[in-house]
Amino acid sequence: MEYILGIFILSAINLVAVLGLSVLTGFTGLFSFGHAGFMAVGAYVSAIVTARCGLPFGWFNYVIGILAGGLAAGVVSVGIGRLTLKLKGDYFCIATMGFGEAIRLLLNNWKWVGGARGWESIPIYDGLAKIIPFVIAAAAVVFSWNLINSRQGRNMVAVREEELAAQMAGINVMRTKMVALVASAILAGAAGALLANYIGFIAPKTFNMVKSTELTIIVIFGGLGSISGSVIGAVLLTILPELFRAFSEWRLVFYGLAVIVIMVGRPKGLIGGQELTPTGIRKMLAAGKAKREFAKASREGGGR
Amino acid sequence: MSGEPILELKGLTKRFGGLTAVNDVSFRVAEGGISGLIGPNGAGKTTIFNLITGVYKVTQGSIEFKGKPIQDMEPYQVVERGITRTFQNIRLFKNLTVFDNVLTACHMAARYDLGSALLRLPRFRAQEKVLREKAAALLDIIGLTDRAEVTANNLPYGLQRRLEITRALALDPQLILLDEPAAGMNPDETVQLMKLIGELRDRFKLSVLVIEHHMDLIMGVCEHIHVLNFGCSLADGTAAEVANDPRVVEAYLGTEDSTCTC
Repeated sequence: MEYILGIFILSAINLVAVLGLSVLTGFTGLFSFGHAGFMAVGAYVSAIVTARCGLPFGWFNYVIGILAGGLAAGVVSVGIGRLTLKLKGDYFCIATMGFGEAIRLLLNNWKWVGGARGWESIPIYDGLAKIIPFVIAAAAVVFSWNLINSRQGRNMVAVREEELAAQMAGINVMRTKMVALVASAILAGAAGALLANYIGFIAPKTFNMVKSTELTIIVIFGGLGSISGSVIGAVLLTILPELFRAFSEWRLVFYGLAVIVIMVGRPKGLIGGQELTPTGIRKMLAAGKAKREFAKASREGGGR
Repeated sequence: MSGEPILELKGLTKRFGGLTAVNDVSFRVAEGGISGLIGPNGAGKTTIFNLITGVYKVTQGSIEFKGKPIQDMEPYQVVERGITRTFQNIRLFKNLTVFDNVLTACHMAARYDLGSALLRLPRFRAQEKVLREKAAALLDIIGLTDRAEVTANNLPYGLQRRLEITRALALDPQLILLDEPAAGMNPDETVQLMKLIGELRDRFKLSVLVIEHHMDLIMGVCEHIHVLNFGCSLADGTAAEVANDPRVVEAYLGTEDSTCTC
């Protein structure tokens, strides 16, 4: 039971980071391969707050750690954004990759936080650590949903769809990208903080490029431009490797296979661009019906 | 020609490295009028649009909108001042519905900040309602209401053009720049478009500057025409004056053996 709960907690933590990346990649169209860097900032800041600052607030330290972790990642992202958001497409992606690695190497060499060996004995808030991740995950879903369905969210989608036209629709493209980046960094930072105080041990290599790539894979797997897709993707792709744990090394092969099968079968991801709301489902069904009818019509047309 | 100029270009020059795309061009767009900007391919028409809207930075000269210089502004600031445009090759938000295309552009009318959006405060809800009503009203005026839920990409070509104009109107512009709005349209659609441009001008109290190759459209709706050739001003005047100017006939329509019909 404990083990299953643990998997769900890890899903919830992953979900928070994935939602952040979903806002940036799925809705604003900026691919990042350095989000583990923001998670690392959140994790280490939270660890410092809870383990080193000697705050007297008991369990409330945990909450302060999460807030501080998210905030710190947000602040870092403002600097990174200033430097890199002017870059187009792939170049931005490469810059984020560099950022992620830079953070990891920095932590590798910082002895005060354990260096490359990692940092043990970070306070774990028993009991609370089993609830807070779900609360934060739920809040993250609500906030990202509200963001996407507001004018700022629509501006993000406009930037993704057609940057020049977005400019001519009076959208401040730089600012919109910055809001997306900061929002996603805050969520990634909060996820890092949750992770640190759930496992109690963090090391720079926890936040390497494999982690960044994993987050991006989940977003694409779930479907770009879909909050519900990101939720399903995060839960599924956290549970899946655990299910196959019996196969030890082979489980990563299954993981890879599952991703490939989905991407070949559904190039837009599980539910790209759609949402699992009553209206969204109705739309999807209508589109599917139209597609089948079209296919049927063209088959019959071909038979003539 | 009526009234004061809403837009005035003075000695506008744009160089890309060694290439002078626009050279010392000056002209005015009358407030409330429909002006045309014509010239052969490569004359610098679209470059001028990009300069006015801040997509390109001006090398020399000035652009004044309602008497205030705008040449150093970012595109979104130019839009905020009241200028908007459409594109030669339609640039819609392709994967969004018709309604969402217009709704997105309505954002400048919204008066709520990020915080109230995240928390769904009453202010957010009220403002969103206003935006939706505005978008719906615009679609109604243009006649796209029955296609509101269609994905923009799946619209017929002529309607995509209309949608792009609708999206521009959602920004409450005072001056709208149309870059070859009739490109790729059949004669029937072109006539409808001419009618639409005239109607919109009256209804929204717009000034219009239009780039076009369809001479019938230009001659039909434009009260004032400016002709460019190789980045330089060639002629300026009413449709009749321009059409009879021998230099324009030579540059634009070509000499006798030319085949350029665009």
